[in-house]
Amino acid sequence: MNTQGRPTRGAETGASNGETITGNRGLMMEEPLIFEADTPGACGVDLAEPVTADRRLGGLEREGPVGLPGLTEPQVVRHYTRLSQQNLGIDTTMYPLGSCTMKHNPRINEKLARLPGFASLHPMQPMSTVQGALALIDALADWLKRLTGMPAVAMTPGAGAHGELCGMMAIRAALEHHGQTDRTHVLVPESAHGTNPATAAALGFTVDRIPATDEGRVDLAAFKERLDDGVAAIMLTNPNTCGLFEGDIVDIADALHAAGGYFYCDGANFNAIVGRVRPGDLGIDAMHINLHKTFSTPHGGGGPGSGPVVLSDALAPFAPIPSVVHGPEGLRLAEQTEGETAHSLGRLKGFHGQMGMFVRALAYILSHGADGLRQAAGDAVLNANYLLARLGEELTAPFPGPCMHEVLFDDHFLKDTGVTTLDMAKALVDEGFHPMTMYFPLVVHGALLVEPTESESKATLDAFADTVLALARRAKAGDAEYFAGAPYLTPRRRLDETAAARKPILRWTPPAPESQAAE
Amino acid sequence: MRYLPLTDADRRSMLATIGVPSIDSLYRDVPDAARLDAPIDGLPLHAGEMEVERAISAMAARNVPASDVPCFLGAGAYRHHVPATVDYLIQRGEFLTSYTPYQPEVSQGTLQVLFEFQTQVALITGMDVANASMYDGATACAEAVLMANRVTRRNRAVLSGGLHPHYRDTVRTLARFIGFSLDEAEADAAGTEDLAARIDGETSCLVVQTPSVFGHLTDLGPLAEACRAKGVLLIAVVAEIVSLGLLKPPGAMGADIVAAEGQSIGNGLNFGGPHVGLFAARTKHVRQMPGRLCGETVDVDGRRGFVLTLSTREQHIRREKATSNICTNSGLCALAFTIHLSLLGEDGFRQLAKVNHARAVRLADRLAGLPGVSVLNTGFFNEFTVRLDRPAAPVVDALAERGVLAGVPVSRLYPERPDLADLLLVAATETVTDDDEDALLAALRETLR
Amino acid sequence: MSTLYFTTDHEWIRVEDGVGTVGITDYAQQQLGDIVFVELPEAGRQAEKGGEIAVVESVKAASEVYAPVTGEIVEANAALVESPAAVNESPGEDGWFFKIKIANPAELDEMMDQAAYDEFVAGLD
Repeated sequence: MNTQGRPTRGAETGASNGETITGNRGLMMEEPLIFEADTPGACGVDLAEPVTADRRLGGLEREGPVGLPGLTEPQVVRHYTRLSQQNLGIDTTMYPLGSCTMKHNPRINEKLARLPGFASLHPMQPMSTVQGALALIDALADWLKRLTGMPAVAMTPGAGAHGELCGMMAIRAALEHHGQTDRTHVLVPESAHGTNPATAAALGFTVDRIPATDEGRVDLAAFKERLDDGVAAIMLTNPNTCGLFEGDIVDIADALHAAGGYFYCDGANFNAIVGRVRPGDLGIDAMHINLHKTFSTPHGGGGPGSGPVVLSDALAPFAPIPSVVHGPEGLRLAEQTEGETAHSLGRLKGFHGQMGMFVRALAYILSHGADGLRQAAGDAVLNANYLLARLGEELTAPFPGPCMHEVLFDDHFLKDTGVTTLDMAKALVDEGFHPMTMYFPLVVHGALLVEPTESESKATLDAFADTVLALARRAKAGDAEYFAGAPYLTPRRRLDETAAARKPILRWTPPAPESQAAE
Repeated sequence: MRYLPLTDADRRSMLATIGVPSIDSLYRDVPDAARLDAPIDGLPLHAGEMEVERAISAMAARNVPASDVPCFLGAGAYRHHVPATVDYLIQRGEFLTSYTPYQPEVSQGTLQVLFEFQTQVALITGMDVANASMYDGATACAEAVLMANRVTRRNRAVLSGGLHPHYRDTVRTLARFIGFSLDEAEADAAGTEDLAARIDGETSCLVVQTPSVFGHLTDLGPLAEACRAKGVLLIAVVAEIVSLGLLKPPGAMGADIVAAEGQSIGNGLNFGGPHVGLFAARTKHVRQMPGRLCGETVDVDGRRGFVLTLSTREQHIRREKATSNICTNSGLCALAFTIHLSLLGEDGFRQLAKVNHARAVRLADRLAGLPGVSVLNTGFFNEFTVRLDRPAAPVVDALAERGVLAGVPVSRLYPERPDLADLLLVAATETVTDDDEDALLAALRETLR
Repeated sequence: MSTLYFTTDHEWIRVEDGVGTVGITDYAQQQLGDIVFVELPEAGRQAEKGGEIAVVESVKAASEVYAPVTGEIVEANAALVESPAAVNESPGEDGWFFKIKIANPAELDEMMDQAAYDEFVAGLD
C-alpha cells in the first residue's frame, strides 16, 4: 500500500462562504496603492553617479521630498501585473462595446512600432535622417486617400475628437477665406456622437439638431427645410450611431452643396464600410478616421488614439501643419504656414502626429490588403446581423435590419420586469463578457448597442447570444433581485458613483501623523 | 486571412440564419452607384506576417535612430532610458487591449493606475489635483489657456517668449478658431523678459515655460504674486518633466495650472507621438478642468474602488456645453509614465534629475571652451542654448553626416527670426556617454574650423 | 402670504413681497437622480427670464436651470454647495436654489399654478 506522496482521492465538495484571511480570492489579488507599499530608500533603478557636483540652477532647487514611494523592480512588476488582472481586454474575452470597435490587436504591429528606426526617432532630427519615417507617413496617407476616395489627408490629429476639431476648423478656415463668415450654423442629427456638438460649439458655431425618422435615419425633409445660407456644415456619422447606413447620404450631400455648406462626416464607423464604399463617392468634404478603431491600433485603456482627416479639394489647402511634402531632396516636413501651406489652419499639437499609431495602422493595412479589409468589414457586418437575428428572439430592436457593424436594441423587452439595461450589462459581466454600450445612442430608450467586430468566431457569437437570451428570459421570469445585485464575481461590485462625485477624492494623500489623528 | 475567424461554412450558415443570400446584400442601404463590387483597384492584397515585417522594417532601416548615435536633441522631446519592465508591463493584454474604463467593475486595474498617475503628477508638480492625461504637452497647454478663460471669464492670454513655439502655435490655432486674443512676447533667447508688465485686469492667464525652450529657469514666485494681484491665472509649462526631480515645483511657486509633457518618463521619442500631456490644477478649479478624472469610492460591499468621476464636464454628457471636446486621454502612455515613475520612486527620480543636470553642466562647460561657441545660459537643467559663429542649421546637417545628432537649430523653431539663426539648442540626458560628448566636441571643432 | 408658480422647465418660484425663491420640482429631481453638484449665481447678478442661471448635475446628467423671471439675484442657497443631496431630499423647501428680486411681476401670469403643473406632469409620461 502506498502511504507516501500526496493523497490521491478527489476533493470533497466542501463548504465556504468565500471569505479568506487575506481578502484575496484565489487568483484574484487585493492590491494596495503604490503609495501604500512604500519602502523608504528602495529603488527600482540603478543609476550612475552624476559626472559633476556643480549646479547651475539659479537658486531654484527643490526643497524637501517629492513624496514618491520607494519600490524595487520585482515589487513594481507584481503590483502592475496584479492590477492588470483586474481588467478585461479583447485578449481576455469578447468586448462588444458598441461604437468603440474592440477588435483584435495583432502583436506584429506592436513589434514593428517598437523598431528603433521609429520608436527612437527624435521629431526634430535632420530630414536626411528620417526619410524612412516620412515615407511611412506618406504611404499610410496614400492608403487612407485611396480607401476613402479623397484627394488629401491631414495626419496630425491626436485622436478622433481632435480630428473632428481639425475638420471643422478646416471648414471654418475655408468659409473665412471665401468671406462667408455669416455661415454660423452647424446641423447635427439627434443621434450624433457627443463629440460632434461639442466640437461645433467649441468653434463658435450654433448647433441645430436635425430630427431622426422612425427608421433611425436623418429626416431628409426636415434637413432640407433647415438649409439656408446661414448653414456652414452638417456633421453626420455614417454608418450612423444606430448602426444604420444613411441611404440618403448622396441627396444630403447634393442639397447641402447646392446651399453652399460643407459636409463633415464622422468616420468613427468607417470600419463597417472600408473596402466596400468610398466616402469620397458620397460627396463628403472631410472625415476623420479613428486609426484605433478601423485599423486596430490598441485602445490602451483609453488612448493614445490617432485621428487623420481626409479632405476634399475644397478643404485641402487649409489642412494643419506639419505635413509631409515631396521635394527635390526627397521627403520633408512643411512646418510653417508659408508656400504650399500658406492657408493652413495652423498647428494642432506638439509634433507631426501619432507616429507609433501610424506604424501599427500601416502594418494592419498591409496585412489585410485591399481584399482583407473588404472581408473584415463584411465579416463585422455579418456578425452584427447574425446577433440581430439570434437576439431578436427575446430582445427588441427599434429599427429593422439589416444593420451595419453594430446592432441596436432598446429596453422595451425589459418593460415591467424591474430590470434595467444597466442591470443586464452588469449580469453579463459575471458571465465573462464585457458589456455592450449602454444608454447610447440617446434616440432610443435604454439603448444596448452591440458591436461584435469581425474578430469573433461563430462559436463565441453563439455563446454570447445564448447568454444574453438566457439573461433576458431570466429577467422576464421575474428575477429582478438577482439583476439588481449583479455583478457578484468581479474584483469590485457596483461602485458608488454618487459618493465619488459629491465629495471627489482624486488623489492619494498621506495619512495624518498619529498625533494629529488622535485629536 | 489570419485575423478573421469565420470560415466560409460559418458565413453560409450565418447568412442562412439571417435570411439573406450574401454579405453584399447586407449593404443594400448603400446607394448602388457607391457600392464597390470588388477590392479597390491598384492596391496590394493581403500579406503574411513575414512580408509585412520585411516591408516596414525596410522603412525603419532608412532612418538614423537617436538611440544608435550621440544625440543631443531636446526642444520638447528627450531621449531617456526606459526600463525594460515598463514596456513589458504595458504590453499585458489586459492593459493594452482594454478601453476607457466606463465599466468600473471590470476596469479596476486601469482605474487604480489612473488614480496613481493623478497622484504622481500632483506630487511632482506640487499641485492639488491632476487629470488622467491629455494628448501631449502642447495640447495640455492650449487646454490650460481655455480653462483659464473659463475660470476668469476673460479673453486675453499672455504668452512668454520662452514658450516652445509649437506650444505657442497650438494655442494660436485655438485662439483663432475659438476666439480669444493673445499677447505674445518676443522669442526670449537671452532669458531676460519682463512679463509682469504685460498683464492687467483684462488678462486671463500668463503662460510661462520653465525651463524655457532656450533652457532658462524662471522663478515663478514674483510672477505668481503679480498675477494674483490682478486676478490672472499663472500657467506653468514644463516640457521636460524630469527637471522636477531637481527644481522647485511650479505648485510651490504659486502656479494655478501646470501643463506639461510627460514623454520623458516611460515613453519613447516616437518621432513626436504618441506622447503624454500632464495637467494639474488647484482643487477650487477642479470642475473647470478638462479631461478625464478618476476618483476613489466604495462598492456595495464597502470595499475601496475607483470610478471615472465628474464626467458631466465631458462631451458625451454635456455635448455642446462640454469643457473640452477631448474624448480619450493618452491612457497607455500614462500607464508607462506611472510604471516608470514607480520604478524610479523618490530616490530614483531625484537621482535621475541630478545625473541629467550634471551631464548638461559638464557639456556646457566643455562647449564653452571651443572656439566659435558661447553658452547663453547662466541657469539651466539638462538643455541650454549655444551661439555659434555661423548659422546653426548647416552645422547640424554636417554633424548628422558624421553620425552626430548635435541639437535643434533655433532656425527650425523660429524661421522668421534670421537674427537667431546662429543659435543651437543642446540637451544632455543620462543616456549621453563620455564617448558621445567627445564625439560631439570633435565633430563640432572640425566643422567650425 | 406667498404664492407658488411653476414653469414648463420644472422650476418652481415662491413669491413673497416681490422676491421669488426658486428651486426645481420633485418631478425634476426624480428625473435627474442623485444630485451631486449645484452651480449657483452670485448675488447681484442680473437674470433674464429664460436665461441660464444655474446648473444642476447628477452623476450622469447635467441640466441648466433657467431664470423663471427677469430680475436681480439677491441670495443663493450656499448650503447646497456642501450638501447638494438637499435637492433630492427636499426639493420644495431646503433644496431651493436662489432668491430673485422680480423686475416684472406680469411675467408670473404666464406660469402654472400647482394644479396646472400637476396636470402638465401627468401628461408627460
